[in-house]
Formats: sequence, structure tokens, C-alpha cells
Amino acid sequence: MSDSEARNFEYLAYGLIACWVILVAYVLTLVARGRRLSRQLENVQRMMEDREGK
Amino acid sequence: MSKTPMRDSVLIVLGGLAAVLLTRNIWVMLTQLPHEAFQGAIFRIIFFHVPAAFTCFLCFLLALVAGIVYLAKKNLRWDAFAVSVTEVGLAFGAINLISGMIWARIIWGIWWTWDWRLTSMLVCWLLYAGYLVLRRAIEETTERARLGAVMLILNFSVVPFVFFSIKWFRTQHPQPVLYGDGKMDEIYRSMLYGNWVPLLLVAAVLVALRMRQENQQREIDALRRAAHSF
Repeated sequence: MSDSEARNFEYLAYGLIACWVILVAYVLTLVARGRRLSRQLENVQRMMEDREGK
Repeated sequence: MSKTPMRDSVLIVLGGLAAVLLTRNIWVMLTQLPHEAFQGAIFRIIFFHVPAAFTCFLCFLLALVAGIVYLAKKNLRWDAFAVSVTEVGLAFGAINLISGMIWARIIWGIWWTWDWRLTSMLVCWLLYAGYLVLRRAIEETTERARLGAVMLILNFSVVPFVFFSIKWFRTQHPQPVLYGDGKMDEIYRSMLYGNWVPLLLVAAVLVALRMRQENQQREIDALRRAAHSF
């Protein structure tokens, strides 16, 4: 394989990896947001239970 | 059985199908498709670059429809759908821009040029990112949804310009190969459309997950208001 062919494949790999990295990064933001929402839901439920207790 | 687990199973099936199709497509494009005569191996990036752009534009079109329907019906579910498809569209827009830059580095010898197509796509991406920024800046739910819908309608005016810029102007970006006078070998064309299918499935799963979060956020806000009204 010539140098230019190797470089071609190298950049193709970068391109494919970049596609996956962007998708995975977005999925991770979804996961982080999901965790934050679960925490918020727990806090609100606890707050409502406290108020009902009073 | 409750409704949510069934929807979960549908999402898992769609996600699994997308993974299988993507794995198969990557295998075929790396081992069986011939190199393009002038570009060599890097040409294969088109099988992600173009379907990502199509997915991005489809998401923005759906966001436009959601914005119009929200303004007509004032149902916040459409607002949730609009923000979900816009976010997913931006992710695919980023894939389109970055993969294009990597291709350009090999073929043009530069990462970027202020060409009509590239610039208009970047402006389009920034406008839709601006929609998300606008939403963060407005606290009141209905006002946020109303202004967001108006911005989505205005933003979409850029999309046809991005799409047809390579036909309307002389650009460094390659001329259209899928419509007009452009030609693409059938073996490449079928791979391009074949790879769009799993990307659409991925987008559908992501939109469904994001919408679920948006609805959950609204429920939390309602509970919080109820808690404060005691």
C-alpha cells in the first residue's frame, strides 16, 4: 500500500470514528439529563411527602 | 402490562436493528465496495456524510411542522417533539460537517473553505443551535414554546438554500450526484441509501428518548408547582 493510500485509509478511519464519537457524546448527554431528571423527581416527591406530613 | 415497557421494547428492537444494519454496511463498504477511481478509500465517507445531512434536514423539516402545529393547537407535546428533533438534527448536522471536513483535508488539502455550501450549512447549524439557546433563556413554558416555534419556522428558510446551494452557485463542494445531471454508480447509490435507513432508525430512537425526557421534565415542573401551592 502506498503512502497516499495509507493516508486515505487513516482519514477514513478518523471520519468513521468522528461519526461515532458525536453520536456517543449525544447519547451521554441524554444519559446525564436522565439522571438529573430522576434526582429532580426524587426531590420533588420528597418535598411533597414532607408537606403532606405537616 | 404498562405502556412504557412496551415502548422500551420497541426502542430496543429499533436500536438493535440499526446496530445490525450499520455493522453489515460498514463491513460491506470496507471489504466489498471498490475504491472510487479518483478519490480512493476516503470516498466511503460519503456513505455517512450524505445520509447524516439527509437525516439532519428531515429532522429540521419535522421541527418546522411541529412548530406550525404547536402555534395552531397550543399543545405542548408538539413543543417537546420540536426540541427533540432539533437536538437530534443538530447531532447529525455535526456528523455531516465534521465528516466533510475530514474528507476535504484529503481531497482539497484543507479542512475548511468559505464555500457557499459549507458556509450555509454552518450558518444553518448555528441557527438551530441558537434555538436551543433561546429555549434556555426563557423560563415561562408557553412563551418558550411559542417563541421557539416562531424561530423554527424562520430557521427553516435557510434549509432549502443549503440543499440547493451546490446547484445555484459555483462551489468548491462537489456538484449534486443524486439529482439533476449528476451521476453515481448504482453500487454506491444503493449503499448510500442503504446506510440512511439505520441512521434514520438511530435518529428515531434518540428522538423518542429525548421526548420522553421532555415530558418527564414537564411532569416534574407540574409537581413542583403543586408542591409550592400547598
